[in-house]
This record gives sequence, C-alpha cells and structure tokens, in this order.
Amino acid sequence: MNVLNFVQAFFSDGAHWHGYDGIPTRFLEHVRYAALALAIAAAIGLPVGLLTGHTGRGGNAIAFVANAARALPSFGLLVLAVLLIGFGLLPVMIPLVVLAVPPILVTTYEAVRTVDPAPVDAARGMGMRESRILFRVEVPVALPLILSGLRSAAIQIVSTATIAAYVSLGGLGRYIIDGLYQRNYEKVVGGATLVALLALVTLALFWAVGRLAVSPGVRRR
Amino acid sequence: MTLTAKSSRSRTRLHGATAVALAAAAALLTGCSSGDTSDNPLDGGKAEAGTVVVGSNNFAESTLLADIYGEALRAKGLKVSYKHNIGSRETTYGLMKNGSVTVLPEYNGSLLAYLDAKAEQTSADAVNEAVKAKLDKQLTLLESSPAEDKDSVSVNAATAKKYGLTAESTLADLKEAAPELVIGGSPEFQTRQQGLKGLESVYGLKFKNFKALDAGGPLTQAALAQNEVQAADVFTTDPAIVKEKFVVLKDPENLFGFANVTPLVRKDGLPQEGVEALNAVSAKLDTKTLLDLDAQVQLEKKDPLDVAKAWLKSAGLG
Amino acid sequence: MNGFFDIPSDLQHSWAGLIGLHLREALLPVAAGLLLALPLALLCNRFRWLYPPVLGVTTMLYAVPSLAFFVVLIDYTGQTELTVMIPLALYSLVVLVPAIADGVRSVPDETLSAATAMGFGPVRRYLQVQLPIAAPAIIAGLRVATASSISLVSVGALIGNQGALGNLLAAAQKYDRPELAANAVVTTAVLAILCDAALVALRRALTPWMPRSGRERTAAPREELLTKGAAR
Repeated sequence: MNVLNFVQAFFSDGAHWHGYDGIPTRFLEHVRYAALALAIAAAIGLPVGLLTGHTGRGGNAIAFVANAARALPSFGLLVLAVLLIGFGLLPVMIPLVVLAVPPILVTTYEAVRTVDPAPVDAARGMGMRESRILFRVEVPVALPLILSGLRSAAIQIVSTATIAAYVSLGGLGRYIIDGLYQRNYEKVVGGATLVALLALVTLALFWAVGRLAVSPGVRRR
Repeated sequence: MTLTAKSSRSRTRLHGATAVALAAAAALLTGCSSGDTSDNPLDGGKAEAGTVVVGSNNFAESTLLADIYGEALRAKGLKVSYKHNIGSRETTYGLMKNGSVTVLPEYNGSLLAYLDAKAEQTSADAVNEAVKAKLDKQLTLLESSPAEDKDSVSVNAATAKKYGLTAESTLADLKEAAPELVIGGSPEFQTRQQGLKGLESVYGLKFKNFKALDAGGPLTQAALAQNEVQAADVFTTDPAIVKEKFVVLKDPENLFGFANVTPLVRKDGLPQEGVEALNAVSAKLDTKTLLDLDAQVQLEKKDPLDVAKAWLKSAGLG
Repeated sequence: MNGFFDIPSDLQHSWAGLIGLHLREALLPVAAGLLLALPLALLCNRFRWLYPPVLGVTTMLYAVPSLAFFVVLIDYTGQTELTVMIPLALYSLVVLVPAIADGVRSVPDETLSAATAMGFGPVRRYLQVQLPIAAPAIIAGLRVATASSISLVSVGALIGNQGALGNLLAAAQKYDRPELAANAVVTTAVLAILCDAALVALRRALTPWMPRSGRERTAAPREELLTKGAAR
C-alpha cells in the first residue's frame, strides 16, 4: 500500500473534479473559511497589538490573553459552539479566530515594541504626531515580524479549518472525514495532500507579500 | 437454525472437546479447582483469552444494543469488554474480521446491502441466509430480533407541506422535488447503496446537494428540524420523528430492505452459552421495546448501560 | 444523567480517568519527541547541511492534518492510543528540533572553548554545558509542543473513543448534551495551563542563574514556530 498511489488515484478520478463535492468547490470553500477567519483575527489582533506595542503598555495582559486562548482546544470549541449555536459559519469561526488571534496579537505587540527607539525618538523630535510615528516609522520597521505572525496564524487556520467538516460544513476536511467513515483512503490522503498544498500556497503568498510590502532597507537587515 | 450456523456449532463442539481435555490437563497440573467460566477456552483464544469484545458503531442505539448484548453475556458469567463508538460499518466490519471485536449489533438488511449492493431483499430469513453466504468465513449472524430500525428518507414538515407529501407518499413521489432539495445523512450515506447511490438507481432521485451530518443523531435531527436540509436519512426508531413531525417516505422498492437487529459474531469468539444468551435477547426484543429504550436514552438522557441493565432484568435475562 | 460530571458509560472512564488518559496520550508523545529531537538536533548542529532537510521533513509532516494521519495509521496500529500518539510525537519534532538546535547553537564560543580546555569530550560537553545553557529555549519549545499536544488529543475521539477528554465531545454530540462539551473544553484548558505552569517552574529550577521575575522573553522572533499547534 503506497500513499502516492492513493494520491494519484484521487486526483485522476474525474468524479473528484466537479459538482458540490468536487475539488474546486471544496478548495474554494476551504479558502473562504480560512480567509474569513484570518480577516476577523487580524481585525482584532492587529489594532490591539499595534496600540499596545506603540505605548508599550499592556504586555502582561496580552501574554495572559494569548496563553489563555492557546489553552482552549479548537476541536472542543467547535463542538461546543455547534451544540450551543447551531448550524452555520459562526460556530466554525469561533475556534479558528481564537486560534489565530494569539500569534497575530503577540507578534505585532513584540514587533512594534522592539523597534529601535532611536528613529522613533528622532521622529518624535521632528514633531510627528503619534499616529504618524506608528504608521510611518514603527510599522514599516516591524512589518516583517508582523507578517510572520499573520503567516503563522494563516497556516494554522488552513490546517485547522479541516475540522469544520465534522459539523457538516464543507472545505477540504470533507474528504478526510468522509474518507474516514467511508473507509476510503484515497479521499483521506487526497484531502490531506490538498490541505498541505494550500498551506504551501499560503506560505508562498506571504513570501510574495513580504517581497512587495517590506521596504528594501528593512529587508536587508 | 441455518446450515452455516449448524456447521459452525459442530465445529465449536469439536473445539470444545479439545478444550475440555486441555482444561482438565491444566487443572491437574496446577491443582486448581476454580470453575471460572470466563476462562472458558471455547472462545478459541483470540485476543485476550476468554474475553468477549462487544463493539458498537457511533450512534446512540448501537451503544445501547451493545450494552444489552454485553450485559446479557455477563449475566451468563462470560468475561466481557466493550469497544464503543468505533465508527461506521465500513470500519467495524474490518475489526470483526481481524478479531479485535467479537460481537457487534447489526441490522441484517443493511449489512447485506454493504456486502452485496445488488442483493434483493424479499424476506428477513432470506436476507439472513444471503448475509451468511456473503460474510467472511470467520463471522456469522445469530438469530434476528423482530425489532426493526431502518434507514429512511424523511422530510421535514415544511417540505412535506410544500410538495404535498403525506405519510402515504413514497420515495418515487419525491422525484420532481428532489433537484430542489438538500438531503442530509452520515458521510457514509453518500457512497452506500442504501444511500444516495440506491436512491438514484432505484428511484431516480437526484438531489441538489448532499450535506454530511451524523448517523441519525442529534445533528441530523437538528438539521432537518431547522430546514438546513429538507430531507435526511432518519432511523425509523428515532424519537424525533414524532416530536418534530417528520414525514417518513414509503419505500415500495424495498431499497432500505430489512433492518432487524441481529448480533454479528465471530464463530470462534463466543461460547455456546453466549450464543444462547444473545438469541434469547433477540427473541424478546421487538420494535416497540426498542423505541421505548431509545427514547429513554435519547429523550430522557438516561445512561444506555443503565437502560440496558434495567430492560434485561425486566425481561428475565439479566 | 445530565450533570456536568455525569460521564456516559460508553466512555468507560470516570472524569478523573479521562484526565489521566488525556495526560498520558498528550505527554508521552512530547517525551518521545524530546528523546528523538535531542540527537537529531545534535546531528543538525554537527552537520549543518542536515538542518534544512530535517526541518523540511518535519514541517511537511506537520502540514498533514492530524485526523488524516490518524486514519492512515489505523491500518497499522489499529484503533488504539498509539495511533493518536505517533502523529503527536512527530508534530512535536517541528517545534523541538529547532528549539534545541538553535538553543544549543546560541551557546557562546568562549564557553565551548572553556569546556574543551577543561577536558570535556563532545558528548559530555553537549550534555553538561550546551543543553543546560539551552534549557530556556528547549523548555520554551516544550511548552508549545505540550499545549499543542493536549489540544490535539481530543481529535482522537473521531477514530473511536481514542480522544480521552475529546471523547466527551463526541458523546456531547451523540447524546445532545452540551454540558459534556463544556466540561471537555474547560478541563482541557485547565490541564494545558497547569502543564504550562509546571514547565515554567521547571525552567526556573533548571536555570537558577536567570532572573526570576519579568515576562517570558524567550522567543518573540521565534513566534512563528512557537505558536504552532492547536487542533488541526
């Protein structure tokens, strides 16, 4: 029994390429869940991280929140949310966002806080307003680290979004769960391959964003 | 009793003779006089010697039935261990074959459809014969109970109203509506003959979409009640059918066939008194009883093991 | 039968039993991962060319969702705890190998030279000088691996009662009893926090020369590695 044979069989089966259970549909569903969860997590983690990082206050509170969030089991949160809320996207978003906020929050905070104080003081001396200091000086310097936090969150989301299938939603986890109950290794292995592939694509995407967005002066360091 | 069962019994008897001799020798050697039946070597020594492993699938009724079987065996002095919530038949059948599970509550016709998708299901006896013919040689069915719990396609009240479906409607009447409906069921329903495949080949039903839920559990009930799906695979013993006013569609082509609760056992794993104990359970278990026991577990939230013990006691089997 | 601590009989364990099972299923793999990572990291530091491929392979394994891993392993190791523990041990490598390798590498050259001058051989030097100095980094890695492992065990519930406290989640769904899911989430979280606290205490005990107070500042730049985990 060879895993590669299963992969090949999975992808060469024409039936896996169309319809509501086709690879394109499941792939897009997965991307949709992941993108939405990342957007929500970033909307929470980035502003809080930037603000606390800039002021340098609230570090202990952030560490506490992040540690507490990390202690919560994603699969458990998912089942609990479904039992309490019912069907839909919300119960899946809860565990994914709880999963993604800590890396974004903690890295953003650390990234901004550890920016070399000399240019920041210089900017302040030039009479820049605090918001301009944050966005024109600190954020550009901190960007590589901030992006690494977002990337780490994104990878975890992509991988964890597979559990959405346990509570009747779609995404690539569908193949893994269905394969388990149908005793169909092709699907399990094919689904796992697609998830790993999507993780790689996510890495590549962040690498590209890093190339484009990070100023060359910062990157060279 | 059927042919296969008879041959299996005579084989057990043969084993028995050897075993008794061995046991006698062992008793002589160790000078031990304990008459512990749980160490009965009749079970062929698979896995932990003398222990009957009762398995169950991942839905509440299967757990309940496994508890009933296990406790009935325990009442006969057999050593029993449980392997609960394993998964779907696709998995448990493999575990029966490789000997990690000795006894499993099964549904005769559903098992037949799994073993042979094309099999006609005309009578319960014929089904059991067909199953035994198709089963792995190490396995056999014991006697079926009159208790039946079928898969069914049921629609929720809103859908029934919209398409004019009543308790008299059949699956064939769903043909027009199906392309507009989302059907739900366990993930394995999607690929089973007694599932989407058969619904299409036998009744020509093509649904708009399939939503993977659980095996007739709370997820399925909730999805159907909240119209997340308009039709679903609901077990006919499900207390939710009455509670939520689901309409069970008739199945004139017998796609879902017979589904009498029947013990599937390893021939080498169960001593004769165990076989008799499980057959005695089957004789007493009818659909009304099963409905009642299911309701105690699923609606009253009683523990299945307590329910099983109480029923065995009341039936004089515990 | 619908109290917070009324565990369904089909789980075959009391609440305390499930906790014990959960700890075993979560911590043994981390211990195994540590035993495997120590020599691997040593090799990676000795032969630098080995580091990228080792990291690559562990990262690839890490990208495989846990459930898929479990399902494929069932054929070899059956529906047992081992099936759950093998992937968890492999996952822990992705955190532990770099944590140890980088931690050991960060030991200053002067220190190493001093040890060599004192007549320490390479193995003794590794065990008695490099590892203790790298202890904070290693324990930082262990903290992440442990938290991740504790969370991931629950997924084992999907392969037939192999998820310890996670089995409560499957039961919660099967019997429609949300309080069991709440029990699982809270208990798992408390276990994770306690284990984390124990590791922090261990670090303090192992590295008496480090300041006791102050926030953990081990690894802001390593966050990308250290936040890996959670249930996939």
